Amino acid sequence: METLIAILIGTLFAGGIYCMLRRSIMKVVIGLMLLSQAANLLVFTSGGLTAQGPVFLSSAETGSTLAQADPLPQALVLTAIVIGFGVIIFSLSLLLKAHQAVGSDDINAFNKTDQVS
Amino acid sequence: MWLVAVVIVPLVAALGAGFIGRIPRSARPGVLFLPAFLAWIGLLVCGISAFQGNLPTAFSLAWFPQLEVNLDFNLTGLGWLLGLLITGIGSLILLYAGGYMGGAKQEARLYAYLYLFMFAMLGLAFSDNLILTFVFWELTSVVSYLLISFKHEYAEARRNALQGLLITGLGGMALMAGFILLASATGTWRISELALLGDQVVQHPHYIGILTLVLLGAFTKSAQFPFHVWLPNAMSAPTPVSAYLHSATMVKAGVFLLALFTPILGQTPAWTWTLSLVGGITFLHGCILGLLHQDLKKILAGTTIAVLGMLVFLLGLGTDKAFHAAILLLLAHAFYKASLFMMAGNVDQATGTRDLRRLQGLRRLMPWTALTAGLAAFSKMGLPPFWGFIGKEYAYKAGLDTAVPIWGTGTLLLGSLLLFAIAVKVAIIPFWTKPAATSAESKVSEVKLTMRWPPLTLAMLGLLTGLAPSFLQFPVDKAVATITNAPFEASIYLWQGFNLPLLLSGLTVLGGLAFFGLTRSPLLNRLAFKPLADSIYDICLKGVLDTAKHTTKTLQSGYLRNYLLIILASTFVLVFYKLYRFGGWPSLDWSGAGQPLILGVLLLMVIAIWSATTAHSRLVALISLGSLGYGVALIFAFFGAPDLAITQILVETLTVVLFAWVIAKLPDYHPLSSQRSRWIDAGISLTAGAMLTVLVLKAQIIELGPRISELMVDWSLPQAFGANVVNVILVDFRALDTFGEVIVIAIAALGVWALLTRPYQPKPKPASNPNPSKKES
Amino acid sequence: MPAAPLLQIATRYLAPILAVLSLLVLYRGHNLPGGGFIGGLLLAAAILLVAIAEGWDVVNKKLPVDPLTLLTLGLGIALLSGLPSLFFGQPYLTGQWLPGLELPIIGKVKLGTPIVFDLGVYFAVTGFTLKCANAFAEES
Repeated sequence: METLIAILIGTLFAGGIYCMLRRSIMKVVIGLMLLSQAANLLVFTSGGLTAQGPVFLSSAETGSTLAQADPLPQALVLTAIVIGFGVIIFSLSLLLKAHQAVGSDDINAFNKTDQVS
Repeated sequence: MWLVAVVIVPLVAALGAGFIGRIPRSARPGVLFLPAFLAWIGLLVCGISAFQGNLPTAFSLAWFPQLEVNLDFNLTGLGWLLGLLITGIGSLILLYAGGYMGGAKQEARLYAYLYLFMFAMLGLAFSDNLILTFVFWELTSVVSYLLISFKHEYAEARRNALQGLLITGLGGMALMAGFILLASATGTWRISELALLGDQVVQHPHYIGILTLVLLGAFTKSAQFPFHVWLPNAMSAPTPVSAYLHSATMVKAGVFLLALFTPILGQTPAWTWTLSLVGGITFLHGCILGLLHQDLKKILAGTTIAVLGMLVFLLGLGTDKAFHAAILLLLAHAFYKASLFMMAGNVDQATGTRDLRRLQGLRRLMPWTALTAGLAAFSKMGLPPFWGFIGKEYAYKAGLDTAVPIWGTGTLLLGSLLLFAIAVKVAIIPFWTKPAATSAESKVSEVKLTMRWPPLTLAMLGLLTGLAPSFLQFPVDKAVATITNAPFEASIYLWQGFNLPLLLSGLTVLGGLAFFGLTRSPLLNRLAFKPLADSIYDICLKGVLDTAKHTTKTLQSGYLRNYLLIILASTFVLVFYKLYRFGGWPSLDWSGAGQPLILGVLLLMVIAIWSATTAHSRLVALISLGSLGYGVALIFAFFGAPDLAITQILVETLTVVLFAWVIAKLPDYHPLSSQRSRWIDAGISLTAGAMLTVLVLKAQIIELGPRISELMVDWSLPQAFGANVVNVILVDFRALDTFGEVIVIAIAALGVWALLTRPYQPKPKPASNPNPSKKES
Repeated sequence: MPAAPLLQIATRYLAPILAVLSLLVLYRGHNLPGGGFIGGLLLAAAILLVAIAEGWDVVNKKLPVDPLTLLTLGLGIALLSGLPSLFFGQPYLTGQWLPGLELPIIGKVKLGTPIVFDLGVYFAVTGFTLKCANAFAEES
């Protein structure tokens, strides 16, 4: 199972990077979204995949539960999803404003502030 | 505790110095003098009491106890002597500064810095922790920077201040590295404990590294060759600063450190040779600088470098006699050099110049300053019955020891002879020659009282202590005992009978006079010279700046694509290297391939990625991204993460909804890049994706020790009363992280709000309407 | 005025249900799937539904607090929930629990600062989402 997910993660990364290398700013935001999905899946997979079911403890069992899914990456990914949401929304609004300000959707037109004399 | 109180006094005074403007001008020097003087009295009385065992000598306060970095203070004999010099000379300097600045612009700033420096220096003298020592060490460099650049409206002052900071600061970095290496080699951060380890450090394989780094720190601070270049330039500071920092105290910090570390790192061939060679070269080089310069203060800076070299040289000799001589010389130098600097300040203020060629016959016009100069110069020349004579005599005695090679003795003799010549040049000629006939100098009058007395007091001290040297025996013995790490007692005599050192002293006088005659030749006086080391510094600095600019220009091209490619390339290299080093290959687990449901979902997702990447319509891209997100949610749900699945579905939904609001306003795609660059990018991104796939697969076989999650699962119910471990981690175990995340989304919301709710107004172009007033008429 | 009567009618029933559900999800998050993040997103979805169906004017009128205030409130609650542990000499944000209670309908109830913290997250996430959506809507 890991192999298939690994290939999926690779494909997501490839798509994300390809989009971010484009000159159209809309594509850059799309790339960001793809990368964020890829990173979430990467962290999730790093805990090991198991279809055994989630970690919900009943009061009877307190011992370690190896067979169950690892909760730590899940907690990390959960915050990452919400943060990713915030990042996407922010970059979207940035895109809107930048598009108005520069009057172009070509990212190469955005380099004035970065140039060193 | 009393030790900390003494250290704190100048800090309080530094904070209070800002209010100096509220005190009547005539009272200011006295008010400035008082805190330092009180600190001196306290240090003197309590120090004697502590050495007799009536008061504790150590004090410690926890700072970072987990790292063994604490506010450890310890009274050593050497630190005590240095502390007495810092506060004693400091009080006189502040009295002098009060007169020298006398209502000048921003004088409070100078006083505050001087007291801040006193605080840093006292802390350095009494610190018993390597980290604390480093902190105070750097603080003195920083304050020195602020003081050299005090007249910051002059580009020269700013440049010189930066030079001093860069050289001493970089030395400080080396010192820090040396300290860390030392602590990791011995397991302790306390200097007093290090001193008890015997030759454990010397035997350690890292000894040469530690030695090199510590010496770099000490040599840069104490202006040893070839790092001496900053000291003559530091003379652009106001004269009280030069007298205090750059002759009497701060530059002694390096010597102090070497002396303090002699029991820890010393007495090896590497130590002895480095110190005596560098010290000897510095000694002679400083003398030559002093002879070549014509600016009073720069000459004095040259001799300061020379004496610092002599001290390092003596420490390098490593005999008890040499240590004794070094301490005696240090005292002599502190007395006469600070006094000479203040004399130079007086001359400068009275005549408006420090150029020796223009200073003649000031004796009648400035009798007090002439007296001061004479007294200090006699001590500097090493004439009896001044303290300087004792210092030089004992240095010769140490130099004539059988263990010292003949070139060492020769260096001492030659250097002392040159110092003699410079003393004549600097303190006798301006006063005791025929007055020039020009009218400009006849208007010169003696300086005010507060500038007259501090240098005279110090010069007189050089005479009085020379007459009754036993007064200083106690602190000198204590200081030497710190260096030898054993009890030390030796009487100090002015007159030791007719012996070889006395003969050498006689030679010094004769040779010095002869040499002085040589330097009077007009050829030398016309030399306008810039030290070679200064030019080298300029070239190095320019090289660093140019490299930085070039690098910035290359890396900060302003094209997102280039930034991304740089990031990707470096990630590629690092990850590939790691993957290559990390051998082995996991057994590929294709188990999901047999289940049509999973396979179908994955295939749909790949199609969604493809369509999101290549879509020409915004709507198609949005729909693809949405379905992709739901696919990810399905994966989460399938592999035991219902929390994630729910969150993912909600977030995807909300993203699509928010997107839908603005989708009409978003720019559409245009194929902007060429076919060729698209193929290249496809290659790059596919390689990156493949690398990530390999990374994920290889990560399966890494065993990373016990898993934290198991502990968290174990603790979840009994300690946090929650059955949903994911949620317990979020709100309890790692709540601080979650809190940070909430802050992040709050900032994002503020950003979105600020960006979108303020209507965008294009800047009016100034060129389009050059003259608006004309329109109205 | 959005002319979608079907959506308006559906919203009239769906939004309250979603809002109540979000509270339920928030509460049971400690033991079952749910929690502050999911609850907050659900509540935001409920309010957004109203905004789409009835327009933002209705939402702004009916909503007792401004989204930004809600966000600040959430941050404040989360911040304060960490303070009690300081009184017991423990690190900031260490969970503190009251002894368990037996309530008639709900059953066993265990109250502690992590639940308060989760409430803060709940409000903050809702406030964030609403504020952004509001800004997007005003932009267009």
